[in-house]
Amino acid sequence: MNIKSQKDFFSGLMFLIIGGAFAFGATSYTIGTSARMGPGYFPMLLGVIMAILGAIVLFYSLIVETPDGDPVTAFAWKPIIFVLGANLIFGVLLVGLPSIGLKSSGLFAAIYALTIMASKAGNEFKIKEVLILGTILSVISYLAFIVLLKLQMPIWPEYFTG
Amino acid sequence: MDLFSNLALGFGVAVTPINLFYAFVGCLLGTLIGVLPGIGPVATIAMLLPATYALPPVSALIMLAGIYYGAQYGGSTTAILVNLPGEASSVVTTIDGYQMARKGRAGPALAAAGLGSFFAGCVGTLILAAFAPPLTELAFKFGPAEYFSLMILGLIGAVVLASGSLVKAIAMIILGLLMGLIGTDVNSGVARFSFDIPELTDGVGFVVIAMGIFGYGEIISNLSLPDEEREVFTAGVTGLFPTKEDFRNMIPAVLRGTALGSILGVLPGGGALLAAFAAYTVEKKTKLRPGEVPFGQGNIRGVAAPESANNSGAQTSFIPLLTLGIPPNAVMALMVGAMTIHNIQPGPQVMTSNPELFWGLIASMWIGNLMLIILNLPLIGMWIKLLTVPYRFLFPAIVLFCAIGVYSTNNNSFDIWMVAAFGFIGYLFIKLGCEPQPLLLGFILGPMMEENLRRALLLSRGDWTVFVTRPLSGSLLFVSLILLGIVLLPSIKAKREEAFVEE
Repeated sequence: MNIKSQKDFFSGLMFLIIGGAFAFGATSYTIGTSARMGPGYFPMLLGVIMAILGAIVLFYSLIVETPDGDPVTAFAWKPIIFVLGANLIFGVLLVGLPSIGLKSSGLFAAIYALTIMASKAGNEFKIKEVLILGTILSVISYLAFIVLLKLQMPIWPEYFTG
Repeated sequence: MDLFSNLALGFGVAVTPINLFYAFVGCLLGTLIGVLPGIGPVATIAMLLPATYALPPVSALIMLAGIYYGAQYGGSTTAILVNLPGEASSVVTTIDGYQMARKGRAGPALAAAGLGSFFAGCVGTLILAAFAPPLTELAFKFGPAEYFSLMILGLIGAVVLASGSLVKAIAMIILGLLMGLIGTDVNSGVARFSFDIPELTDGVGFVVIAMGIFGYGEIISNLSLPDEEREVFTAGVTGLFPTKEDFRNMIPAVLRGTALGSILGVLPGGGALLAAFAAYTVEKKTKLRPGEVPFGQGNIRGVAAPESANNSGAQTSFIPLLTLGIPPNAVMALMVGAMTIHNIQPGPQVMTSNPELFWGLIASMWIGNLMLIILNLPLIGMWIKLLTVPYRFLFPAIVLFCAIGVYSTNNNSFDIWMVAAFGFIGYLFIKLGCEPQPLLLGFILGPMMEENLRRALLLSRGDWTVFVTRPLSGSLLFVSLILLGIVLLPSIKAKREEAFVEE
């Protein structure tokens, strides 16, 4: 048996597994009856329906011909790592990580780190441009979010402000 | 007449300096981010939502509505000038709009989009004001069974319009519903699917999902595409005003687009996207006047009609949200989230318990439309400048706005990991050809659906037939069934696929 549509094959598999997992998870809560639904009733119902839909998608992906096999193209790991990494480093620097005793480094440090990290995801990376961009974004963010919209965020590193 | 006293009340609220200011900020920010290619209204609203937390509820909703229209308008500008739709509902605008820009007629195209949208917005606002009260009356007749069936109809409506596979779209809705159930069950107090993680007992934040899936997921997917030559028509935008001939062609198209958009916007799952597609199709079917440019080669009607339609559709899609409390599309689902954060339970009671908010929001929509036309037509040069900035400078800015949006929600380090996870999941969905919009809708509706299902079955002592024996509920389900049936009919199925491929 050949996979006729890779996209559908994997999405069907995904729905089947996640639906099954939710339905299985629901069994650890009280299911109840339709008149007196327990916390497990609705998730169980949905999980089963989703698993069935997943199975349908999976089944069709094996029998319905598509012109090019509908391949799942290669993952773009570079943008994934740098964009999500930029988000992580921003969060860690802005909020700090209390579990390892890292204090907040403030908004400006976080913005520069994010800009550098995110720019790495693109095809061109010139450190001078990126630093200028970081400065511009810092000024804009400070004016827009802190001055104008009055969001509560640590601005300077906690190491200095205590 | 009631309509006028209501609108007067609304304008009284909306035309205070502070609310005018927030409407303006909303429109400006919305346009600013909407102009950036690859970021649609859902991501824009999610990104800017936290910025409204500190505001009073009326101002916050006024600002969010402004952001929504701004994003919508900004998307059209990108569509016409760069041939990249800023959002799905301006996909059709690219067809004729970009051709007009290439022929040096970008100015009239932008003006047609702006003026058409403004007119449509005015009509949409009036319709909203006129129809909201009677629909609210109807909503009070709804019991849990009716609400449950209405949500089914809404969700089915939403998938019928999804462009990909129907089964996958339904599965995405259910995934959304299930994710909406994560957290403490209101009835039993049991923390469901929280894996003993304390942060998860409050449920997954919808900002986290929206930002991860729509913000980061889309950015990653955009970056993975090869750099294409983006040709921006900056020099061509000189004569902004359409000629007399343009106006003669435009006016009937605007009227048709507005009418279609107003009707389609109210439908569950409808809204701006469907309205724009339908309006363009209708224009294509009408006869060309002698000497008129054919469609696809820069016909001004091909810009005016879908732009009017998407704007009136955007307006009237507030009707189900404000009267029934049911969001008809992903953008409105975000509005539900926003209202909940401000402790407003969307639904029929808003109009009676909170008339200032209700009518103030409606009045501010008209004001927002007026501001947008002021922002867009004379200031178009500024937006064009923004478009000439290379993408490598723009996307770090987008990533930053998303990040600030997440962390200003609740300075919580757990969200850092959650957003990253959803960003990856969002990218995965794009890779697997699963549309994420239905998921967001399901996520918002999940707890509401469970609650109404539970109540309906409790009242009927566990008898499922209650959903079909109650006339209102039965007819709602019947309509959903017809909708499903129509989509599954082979002839229509082929047409539907063709429509989404062609445009």
